[in-house]
Amino acid sequence: MTRARPARGGPVSLALPWPVWVPAVAGFGLIAVPVAGLVVRTNWPDFGALITTDAALDALWLSLQTGLVSTALCLLLGTPLALVLARSDLPGLPVLRSIVLLPLVLPPVVGGLTLLFLLGRTGPVGQLLDAWFGITVPFSTAAVVIAQTFVAMPFLVVSLEGALRTAGERYEVVAATLGASPLTALRRVTLPVVLPGLVSGAVLAFARALGEFGATIAFAGNLQGTTQTLPLLIYIQSQNDLDGAVAMSLVLVVVAVLVIVATRTRDVSGVR
Amino acid sequence: MRPPIRRRPRAFDRAGGPDRPGEGRPSPAVSSDGAPRSERDGGLRARVTTRRGGFTLDVAVEVAPGEVVAVLGPNGSGKSTLLGTLAGLYTPEDARVVLGGRTLTDTASGVAVPAHRRRVGLLSQQALLFPHLTARDNVAFGPRCAGRGRREALAAARERLADVGVAELEGRRPAELSGGQAQRVAIARALAVEPDLLLLDEPFAALDVDAAPAVRSVLRRAVRRRGQTTLLVTHDVVDAVVLADRLVVLAEGRIVEQGPTAEVLARPRSAFAARIAGLDLVTGTAAETGLTTPEGAVVHGLASAEVEAGEPAVAVFPPSAVSVHRHRPDGSPRNVVPVRLAALEPQGEIVRLRAAAAPGGPPWVEGIAADVTPAAVAELGVGPGDDLWFAVKATEVAVHPRRR
Repeated sequence: MTRARPARGGPVSLALPWPVWVPAVAGFGLIAVPVAGLVVRTNWPDFGALITTDAALDALWLSLQTGLVSTALCLLLGTPLALVLARSDLPGLPVLRSIVLLPLVLPPVVGGLTLLFLLGRTGPVGQLLDAWFGITVPFSTAAVVIAQTFVAMPFLVVSLEGALRTAGERYEVVAATLGASPLTALRRVTLPVVLPGLVSGAVLAFARALGEFGATIAFAGNLQGTTQTLPLLIYIQSQNDLDGAVAMSLVLVVVAVLVIVATRTRDVSGVR
Repeated sequence: MRPPIRRRPRAFDRAGGPDRPGEGRPSPAVSSDGAPRSERDGGLRARVTTRRGGFTLDVAVEVAPGEVVAVLGPNGSGKSTLLGTLAGLYTPEDARVVLGGRTLTDTASGVAVPAHRRRVGLLSQQALLFPHLTARDNVAFGPRCAGRGRREALAAARERLADVGVAELEGRRPAELSGGQAQRVAIARALAVEPDLLLLDEPFAALDVDAAPAVRSVLRRAVRRRGQTTLLVTHDVVDAVVLADRLVVLAEGRIVEQGPTAEVLARPRSAFAARIAGLDLVTGTAAETGLTTPEGAVVHGLASAEVEAGEPAVAVFPPSAVSVHRHRPDGSPRNVVPVRLAALEPQGEIVRLRAAAAPGGPPWVEGIAADVTPAAVAELGVGPGDDLWFAVKATEVAVHPRRR
């Protein structure tokens, strides 16, 4: 157990009781040790070659692209959804909220299957898309994006709805008394005020989309260059080429860490 | 049907200050064609009836152009509902609100103008400055919404900030402002849109006691210079004294009393007004050492806000600060006056002695109250008609500016 040295010229922080430290260290270890193990297990001499195979580069590129498009879709659809959940007085709002949060608790594979049943060639909507426009969604890059958006959007909605509720409607009331139309108030007051929540929600959604596996494999399949994202490739590789799987896992870890670091610095220096 | 509200005829008003020379307003409260002036140009005429929790709010309020009306009332008397209705933030059951000839709310015909098209400003306890904008951009927000260009809006914002004495803070974010500074910026922001009606909801209640008088005096000057039609809701009698021409006292959703501020406070007829007003007020003009009454007597006191000698003023002190003597006391109190005891009013733990002018004594003591314990009354052995001396230390007497 360590005790923080009191910093001179600063406030004294209260000591945490020891029962907090032991589980805290164990919990941290549970996350940090396997990641460290990944670093140890990596085949460093061949690392460069392992992560620059055609399949690996295709998968990384596809993951970043689909992840960004999904995040954009989450912002486009999830922001208004969060506004409705936080600000409207629609009847049955709690039910609506539970449904929106379903992907958080549903196994992603189940989510993927439901999408497949709906949009598959024999599904109720898929049939119409095929008959009218000749569009087949499953096993396409679009399917990857839809699957990722499905699982990632609740993260954005939860984060943003929380920010909206914390901010309350007082600023919008002031804006209205200053002559701002509801749309102006949304654009120039509401969204800027909740921007930190919006950014952290978008980052969470992007991270979730990047790591998406279950829904993608069920709904979009595993075609290199089209639907094979990095997590899918890692899973396939782990069956026969562990070195490659470990190397690419490390890449994913680095990307995730970069995302977290980038948003943390933004939180501190940017919007307040 | 409700009987029309009795209106006090107003002499030439103060509206249209030096910065708006071309906008001299007609003076009579009622025009020659019989229509109330407030209905035609600039004033507010509102009638609200709505059930709210345990009582029914049922009030009719008028504010003439350029007039400042204060609504005083205890918590739960319906003040917030009234403000909400006027601002368009609350839907009453039965109401009609007309501002400057525009019908903003009329439940009978289904008119409900949304808040952002009312031209009704609102300043509340919290400054609620937009946290992501600088002071300057906060003030420019309203003019920008009204369609003015960025450059023009920023120039107007700088002027308004200078008006309230915080020009040098224009680049600061709200998080970098003190409570008093933030409320000044909020005043500038509310006035920058030149609202037809300004609503003030306990605007100084959240400020600490050191900051409140200065901000109050800033608001008073800003409101007066613009001839801003204003409705003020407050608990604090001093707010009403400093800002308001007229006072409306609300209790359990009804108007129990209304009239010119000084009259209502000096002779409260309702229990609530008596309790909150429970202050001794002497009107006159500000002097170097306190206040000069119309008869030329001097009441020694301390000028609280920025009040200049010769300006209309009111001296305020609590009845508990008045000591009562059988014989002329000597010692430090600067204000020692002969009075004739008019009445003894038992009020719970204390007895309130009400003064009348003594023969040959100063007339301003008429109605002045002194609070003493029952034991002190017994010791003095006084009764109505006795001649006494009242003494008040100058440090207990606050001299505030007063609306003309």
